[in-house]
Amino acid sequence: MKNITSRLWLPSIIGIALILSVPILTIAFSIFEPPGENWQHLKDTVLYEYISNSLMLTFGVGICALIIGVSTAWLTVMCQFPGKNLFVWLLLLPMAMPAYIVAYTYTGMFDFAGPLQTAIRDWTGLGFQDYYFPQIRSMGGAIAMLSLVLYPYIYLLTRSTFLEQSVGVMEVSRTLDCGPWTVFSRVALPLARPAIAAGLSLTLMETLADYGTVAYFGLSVFTTGIFRTWFGLGDYTAAAKMAALLLLFVFFLIIVERISRKKAQYHNSSGKLTRFSGYQLQGLKAYGAFATCAIPVLLGFLLPAGQLSIWALDTWRDMLDERFLELIRNSFLLGLGTAVISVILALFLGYGKRILPGKITIASIRTASIGYAIPGTVIAVGVIIPFAWLDGRIDTFIQSNFGISSGLIFSGTIVAVMFAYVVRFLAVSLQTVESGLGKIKPSMDVAARSLGCRPGETLFKIHIPLMKSSILTALMIVFVDVMKELPATLILRPFDFNTLAVRAFELASDERLADSSTAALTIVLVGLVPVIILSKIISQSRLVQGNVQI
Amino acid sequence: MKRLDVKQIDVAYGKKQTVFEVDFSLEESQIGCLLGPSGCGKTTVLRTIAGFEKPTKGEIVLNEQKMNDSKTFVEPEKRQIGMVFQDIALFPHLSVVNNIQFGIRSWNEPQRGNRIRELLELIGMSQFERSYPHQLSGGQQQRIALARAMAPRPSLLLMDEPFSSLDVELREQLAREVRLILKQEKISAILVTHDQDEAFAMSDRISVMHHGKILQNDSAYNLYHCPANRFVAEFIGEGALLPGVFTSEDTITTDLGEIAGTLRETFKKEDKVEILIRPENVIVADTSDYQAVITARYFRGSGFLYTLKTSGGSELQCLIHGSDSLPIDKSIGVRLQIDRPVIFNRTSFGVF
Repeated sequence: MKNITSRLWLPSIIGIALILSVPILTIAFSIFEPPGENWQHLKDTVLYEYISNSLMLTFGVGICALIIGVSTAWLTVMCQFPGKNLFVWLLLLPMAMPAYIVAYTYTGMFDFAGPLQTAIRDWTGLGFQDYYFPQIRSMGGAIAMLSLVLYPYIYLLTRSTFLEQSVGVMEVSRTLDCGPWTVFSRVALPLARPAIAAGLSLTLMETLADYGTVAYFGLSVFTTGIFRTWFGLGDYTAAAKMAALLLLFVFFLIIVERISRKKAQYHNSSGKLTRFSGYQLQGLKAYGAFATCAIPVLLGFLLPAGQLSIWALDTWRDMLDERFLELIRNSFLLGLGTAVISVILALFLGYGKRILPGKITIASIRTASIGYAIPGTVIAVGVIIPFAWLDGRIDTFIQSNFGISSGLIFSGTIVAVMFAYVVRFLAVSLQTVESGLGKIKPSMDVAARSLGCRPGETLFKIHIPLMKSSILTALMIVFVDVMKELPATLILRPFDFNTLAVRAFELASDERLADSSTAALTIVLVGLVPVIILSKIISQSRLVQGNVQI
Repeated sequence: MKRLDVKQIDVAYGKKQTVFEVDFSLEESQIGCLLGPSGCGKTTVLRTIAGFEKPTKGEIVLNEQKMNDSKTFVEPEKRQIGMVFQDIALFPHLSVVNNIQFGIRSWNEPQRGNRIRELLELIGMSQFERSYPHQLSGGQQQRIALARAMAPRPSLLLMDEPFSSLDVELREQLAREVRLILKQEKISAILVTHDQDEAFAMSDRISVMHHGKILQNDSAYNLYHCPANRFVAEFIGEGALLPGVFTSEDTITTDLGEIAGTLRETFKKEDKVEILIRPENVIVADTSDYQAVITARYFRGSGFLYTLKTSGGSELQCLIHGSDSLPIDKSIGVRLQIDRPVIFNRTSFGVF
């Protein structure tokens, strides 16, 4: 179908993809920049440590999140035990917790002066250094914190694939004299492997992207290294090079994820999705299952949220001042602005793919949506370098022609911040919008056009009204992701411009944990909204189709 | 006046050509049909007429206006073509009235209101104007979809398997109903279907398609009684091909005796051929010299359809009215009664 529509849509789609890939291309091409003195110095001293620490962190989080995610998914799909129906959605709650907030909440609770150790000392009469207590601000601590909030990725994808596995396969295995454990290890798990791999790669992408937790714990990994090189040494090229190195790891994960998702399509045994009644657990086994599901919910959400609430009750009167309202306003405007831009772009790209399916369109959309995997730190560095260059050019031009300085137009303004957000979160809105579009039959398009509607008109008259709820969901998810975003905001925000996330992190870094709790709790509460919606979707879809995408 | 002239069109998806030199035309208020098995390219022809695909060769002339040539291409929304779909495709967020007025939203109010009332009356659904699609049954929904497509008074209505999502009982009834409505409104239409009963019930002319080509373009009667080739012979109606040999210039000898009659084509002596035998051509005659064995039996309400095996091993079908059934493996005497035999050369392979 080559006609007037393609003349406008296709170049626009390619243009959007190109603009959105500027930050990633900037970082990728920094590999070819001549290495400076600092780079050599970094290479000789800390680079090896960054790499090995990052690997250790991803490895640790991978193992822990796998164990929690897969075991809870299996239990909530295949077994019957008290509280099971509740755990199906309770297990999602930790998703609402940004890792850095959990990290400093636990630090507050488990530190020497914290309530737990104080209680131990009061109770046993022991004093300083008389007893062993694990150091929370450590590699192990970071692994624990990240696993506790990231396992839901694995839980969600594994759970949906367990639900899609044909009951027939399970029942056949049971008639062939397989116990639950054999069914799990020899049938369900191999069938679920691609989905688990996809969930794992998402988890590891988030681990590599984390800045708040590792910075708070003082660990030397890639993201903190990039920050130090950027702000400490002021060497942008070296920071970009380090970001490029991190990008290599991320690309590996992207490839694993894409291959796994593709495989997962074929691993779903088709057939009717009737309900598998599940293994009825009793006695010790039921307690075990209960504990396996309760512990992640308790440690990943209830405990830190409780602690935050206790702190907030103490301090909110001092914290709720004009500055706090400004934080809310800033966060809200950034979130809303980014959400609206992302959803408009997602509608344009998603509908473009529908009316102009083809290799070029698909390649462009993939390029435009790759940001979900790229750490905020990397995107931020990739945004600021070209923007600063552009500002420099504009300034020189205006200086030489008008004799005044234009100042910073792009870099150092919220334009840069929002651009980075769109790069990072477009995929989230695109996925939601595309799944909404997918539910509209193609004959609707044909019907509308045969009744005299042009393609753009069809989008507004038919598609947008039909997918209102998908659009609202996409707006909300992007909004919440922006609220929680930390590293890109830290690097790109204009001078003296704060958001809730930045303020919470700054106060926590200044050891004012209780003071930071009001901002943190606000983020968590807002973050709960999409989790609740997600849990509603999965509880509705569990009998029909456990096809929940994240 | 010719409403539609499809001239020798080829259509391809990428490198794969799916439609080959399709050529047919449609007069005013004539109902045409593209009939063929799934994947034969009939829907592609329909989409090409509507303007959703572009032919790689040939042209489409609608109301004596070229729709495509090297320079111009008329967009689907400019062709004034109505469409009805297998999955009905009513807009679920719009009420019945708003669905019907979607294509005439630019008309002024009294005209629009009159047209909607007129159509609702025509399809017998005036009381449902405030309903939403999900509140209606499948048959009602398809009637509304028809009204929606007819509202702008299109010069041509395209219907892609319009009844196949409906119950079997409803299908033929609605097909006849729609035929009356179209005739009343003097709308030319093309029906795409794989169901010959639907095609017979609705259309004036039928084009049988296979592998992207039109094999025969004819009336339903001729498709049944004078199929142009083996594929049409086998696709339309029931029947079998019985081998035979010309023993003289106007006589064919088969397992069931000699056949003579008006031959459509000339054959030479000793030519090996196959004759199309419809179930009604096989007559049970106890006195006949020729015997056949019953190998299968199907109940058909008014009688039984039997599969018979001749002494030479050929299979035939035979329809016997009445409530008595004959047992399987019984040998019965049969004779052939054919006025105008349809004969194919036995050396020709494939569909021709």
